[in-house]
Order: sequence, then C-alpha cells, then structure tokens
Amino acid sequence: MSKRSTWSIPYVIFMVLFVVLPLVLVIIYAFQGPDGRFTFSNITRFFTDRDALGTFAVSIEVAIENTLICILLGYPAAWILANKDLNRSAVTIILFIMPMWINALMRTLATAELFNMLGITLGKGTLLFGMVYDYLPFMIYPIYNVLVKMDKSYPEAAQDLGATPWQVFWRVTVPLSMPGITSGVMMVFMPTVSTFAISEFLTNNKIKLFGTIIQENINSSMWNYGAALALIMLIIIGVTSLFQGGQKDAEEALI
Amino acid sequence: MAENIIIDIEHVSKSFGDTHVLKDINLWIKKGEFVTLLGPSGCGKTTLLRIIGGFVNPDEGRVMLGGKDLVGIPPYQRPLNTVFQRYALFPHLNVYDNIAFGLKLQHVPQDEIDKTVRKMLKLVSLTDYEERDVDSLSGGQQQRVAIARALANRPQVLLLDEPLSALDLKMRKDMQIELKEMHKRLGITFIYVTHDQEEALTLSDTIVVMREGAIQQIGTPTDIYNEPKNSFVASFIGDSNILNGTMICDRKVRFIEHDFECVDEGFGEDNPVDVVIRPEDIYLFTKTEAGQFTGTVKSCTFKGVHYEMFVDTDEGYELQIQDYNAFEPGTHVGMLIKPQDIQVMRKSKVVNEIEGEIVDESHVSMMDGVFECKVPSGFAPGDKVEVRVAFDKVELMDYQEEGVVAGEVKYVLYKGNHYHLGVQTDSGFYLRVDTQDVYDDGDLVGINIAAKNIKILPKNE
Repeated sequence: MSKRSTWSIPYVIFMVLFVVLPLVLVIIYAFQGPDGRFTFSNITRFFTDRDALGTFAVSIEVAIENTLICILLGYPAAWILANKDLNRSAVTIILFIMPMWINALMRTLATAELFNMLGITLGKGTLLFGMVYDYLPFMIYPIYNVLVKMDKSYPEAAQDLGATPWQVFWRVTVPLSMPGITSGVMMVFMPTVSTFAISEFLTNNKIKLFGTIIQENINSSMWNYGAALALIMLIIIGVTSLFQGGQKDAEEALI
Repeated sequence: MAENIIIDIEHVSKSFGDTHVLKDINLWIKKGEFVTLLGPSGCGKTTLLRIIGGFVNPDEGRVMLGGKDLVGIPPYQRPLNTVFQRYALFPHLNVYDNIAFGLKLQHVPQDEIDKTVRKMLKLVSLTDYEERDVDSLSGGQQQRVAIARALANRPQVLLLDEPLSALDLKMRKDMQIELKEMHKRLGITFIYVTHDQEEALTLSDTIVVMREGAIQQIGTPTDIYNEPKNSFVASFIGDSNILNGTMICDRKVRFIEHDFECVDEGFGEDNPVDVVIRPEDIYLFTKTEAGQFTGTVKSCTFKGVHYEMFVDTDEGYELQIQDYNAFEPGTHVGMLIKPQDIQVMRKSKVVNEIEGEIVDESHVSMMDGVFECKVPSGFAPGDKVEVRVAFDKVELMDYQEEGVVAGEVKYVLYKGNHYHLGVQTDSGFYLRVDTQDVYDDGDLVGINIAAKNIKILPKNE
C-alpha cells in the first residue's frame, strides 16, 4: 500500500462505523420480522397503515409549504443582502446567518415558550412558523452566495438590450440563480420531511410528521417497523435529490 | 449646431468618492462616425462610455442624443447598445436566444426574429450557430455573438467597451478589419473604448485621447500622429522621442544640450517645454560633420521595412531612430533634425502642486498622508496651504507599505535620459515623478518625500 493511501484509513474506518454500518443495520432490521426471519411485511404494513400514510402525506405537504415560504421570504432577503446599493455592511449578512449557529432545539423550545407566553394556541400555523424560522437561513445563504458572485454585467447587458428592471430580474437574475435555489431547496425540503422535534414542541404532537412516527416506533421498541419507515424516507430523499438537475451547480452554490 | 451631430456631451463631470474620474468633458460625435476613446487605464474612458450607455449618472453636465437630453433616461429606454468587455452573454441561453433577447422583449413577431437572428449571424460570420451553447464557443466566437446581439436591436449608436482586449493578437487583427467593414456597411455610429493606440489608429475616424479624466486631444488618426498637442499624446500614439527642452526665443529651442532651429513661435523666452521628435525624423550620417550633433549607435534591429536603432548622444541622451539603412552598433554617427520635424509643446505642469493642511510646526497633511517637513513661520495648525514638490524629488518605493502614501503608476514616458511617470495616489491625486528607475504601468509603489524637498506656500484663493 502506498504511503498516501494509508492516510485515508481513519476516514474509511469512520465511514464504515458511522455511515455504512448503520445503513446496513437499517436495511437488515427493515426486512426482519419479530421472529428474526426475512420478510417484506414491514414495508407492506406501511402501505396499508392508514395512519402512517396520512402522516406521510402531511409531512410532504408541510415540507412543500415550508420550502415555498422559505423561497418567497428567502429570495428577496438574499437579493437585498447581495445588492451593494441596498446593503453595504457585512453585519446584516451575519445577522441573517447567525440563527444557524444556535442549536435548532433551543430555538424551537424558545419559540414554543414565546407562543405560550403570548397565549397563541399551538397548531399548523405555529408549526410552519417554527420551521420557516429554523430553515430560512439555509435558503438565504446559498441564494445569496450565487447572487453575490454573479457577474454584474449580465443584468447590465439585459438592461442595455431593453429589459426593464422587472424583466431583468425574471429573465436573467432568477434563471442565473437557479443553482442557489436548488441547493436551498435541498437543504430545506429534505430535513423538514424527517424532522420531529419541531412538531413535538410547537404542536404538542397534535400534528404528527413522518419523523415523529419513526421516533415513536423506535422509542416503543418497534425496531423493525421503524427501520422500514426510515428506509422508505431515505429512498424518498434519495429520489428527490435525483430530481435536482445540475447538482454540481447546486453544490458550488454552497461554497 | 450642425444637424449631423448625434451625440453631444456637455460639461460632464463625475467623481467616485474623492477621485475626479471625469472633469468637464465636452465632445460632439457625428452621425455614422467611428469614434475611439483612447487612454491608459483609469483615464475615465470607460466611465464616459457608461455615462453614454446610462449605467452611470454624471454629477454634472448632460448628454444629448439627437437633440434629446438623455439624463434620467434608464439604459433600457436608450436607443444605444453595448458590446461589453467580457461579452456578458447569458449562459442560460443559447446563441439564438442571446441574439433574440432584445427582440423578444419588444414583442417582435417570431418570423421577423428568426430573420434578424439569421441576418446577424451572417453578418458576424457565424451562420448555423443558432443552437450552440454560448459556453461552448471560443473567445472570438463569443465576441461575435455579443456584437450580433447588440446590433440585432438596430441601435442608433453602438458602444464598444474594449471588445477585443480578451482576444489573442491574430484574432484581434482579424476582428479589427471586420469591425471596420461592419461599421462601413451598417452606417451607424460606433463609440469604441480602448487603451491600444494601434487599434485606435486602425479603426477610427476620430480619436479622443484622454488622460486623468480630461480630453487631451480630439482629431483624426493622422492629425493626432503628426501634430500631437502634448507630450502625453505623443507618447501614447506611436513611437516618439520626448525630451525636456527650453524655448530660447521664437524659432529657437534648446534640448539634449544643443540649440535647434524650429518653426514654433509664441512660447515666450527661456520657458521649459516638451520637445517631441518621431524616430523617422532623425537623419543619420556616417560622416559626423554632416550632422548637428553626434553619438554612438547602441543597437540596431531590422523591423521589416526599416531598421530601428537606439543611439546614445555624446551628451548621454538615448534617442530612438528609424532609418532604411542599417548602422552597425558601435558606429559613430552624425545626426540631423529638420526644423519642421521638431514638435514643441507647452509643459502642462512644471512642478507638483498639492493641496495640504498644516498639522503642526513639522508636519503637513496631503494626499491622505502626513509628511514631515519644515513649516515656515506664519502658519498655524489647520491652515490650508499649497505644497510644491519638484518632479525629481518624489521618491518611489517598491513596496506600498514603505511609503507615507501608496500609489499606482499610471503612465510612463521615457525622456531620453530619465523616466517621467504619472502616479495616482490612493487619494486620487496625480503626482508627476522624474526618476532614473524603471517602472511599468500598473506598478504599485510607496511614495516618500524628504522633508527638505517640501515647499510650503500660502494658498492663493
């Protein structure tokens, strides 16, 4: 073995211990009955379990809503931050990014306390509020990154060719910032599908998300069904990320 | 005003922060003219173009297009189109959609768009490139698409911002010829920005030479080459020997330590002047007594049609000379300059005059730095003063941190036995410097001035 490849050994061990092994375990558990034999029953159980399917639909719905709200709020914010005429200080950018530095659980707990104090009943509204609050920075940052690096001569060229500021925005700025939007969507949509803490704290488990039922199953020692649900979620996340064409651009947006 | 004036720029000034980028620019451009704005980087040529295009608003003055004031009209409503320096082709659109971009915004019918795009592609010799991705094109091809895109909108004036600077030499020469032909065929006005004097001479009907935010000379390429108004224009256009001289009296000038007859009058007596002699205007003789002065050939290079020689005069000045005959290095030669070939020019400045403010009895603040000096009695801290520093008393340091203030070399003139530099300080002030050391355009330098070389005078209001 050459000297250089020996450097990778710690990382390989890490990957095996914390990525490959757990994944293999999830797959094994998912296809195991209570008696330890191979079975598809855990998977088929999900597709006949009305509660689980309903929760799944709610999760996807909430994730889509959250992602859309994050785009609608995050894009203008990123655009304003990236615009040197409107924002000259790096401090405002840090203020927007700062929530990312604080543990999401703490923020969620604090938000729940705030709602209690204000006497607002917990429900779908508070759930979405908490999610947008938690995930908005993950939408703003990649879009901001793309916008700030965009060559200023593109919008100028569009204006020069007769585009009004509105047309410049829709025909040039938005298409050119698609990589940022894509990676923002990936960073918001996928974690929202699997989250359970936010729904627990901000709806008192009135609204259950897909992550919640996985957690409940595992907490009540239903390891096999829990693992099957986790596997299904993993496949869905994998499939959505395949839909994001131009993944390479999206990755670049994060750098 | 004559009717064929299409663009009329009146008293346009622009500052970015403390830097005056344009100072009271006045310029008329005729319909169908090919005008080049020529100057070194930082001379304001691009800012002037951007003001015409509408991307920058002037602080003062106005720009008229066909008699209509353009100030306040946004770029998308101006009947002008720009070819950008780095093309700025939209990477998310193919060649067809790039060229059709402006036409689609105007809701031109589809069949007409098709026709125009095809016509434009033919004009720039890129027929059948419609479906190509712009990123898959070479630099030269991208440049052609950028020109096609700008012309598709049928602008009255085409603005070109150093469009060829990113191309290699061969491609640049080809594109120059094509641009010239395009201009002739289309008959619209071209305003072209470049720092390349050869490009300007090849392409233009009129050249506007700019320096430090001011127009130095406006004229045809021939005028500017043969009758440069000052030493800067002479150095920027073509090769030339630029020398310090003294006008002794009318028709008599002294330089390189010899007196010469010339044809210039009205410069006063014993006044410092710049003398410009083109390399082809110095005659060489092997018989030294046939010349007015003598020297030794230092180098001789064949340039295709003529030989280019550098000759050191006996007094130690280096002259560049072009001749159809070769003179071997080491040859002792006589040299002669005819009176009509001596260009005498007033010096724009003979000493640096800098605005300053007294800090205390031994310091003065100027150009955003505090310099040690001897403040004469009668000045109190806070007094505004005029500071004079001779060109050869400014010391340049190779590292910006070594100087009291930092600057960038903007232009370099060789004056036979020393270099004359224009150095722009970070505060935006243009300092003239005489030095023996070799610097290049764009060099970053530190600036020091010895205390004894700083002269403080009351500010004359």
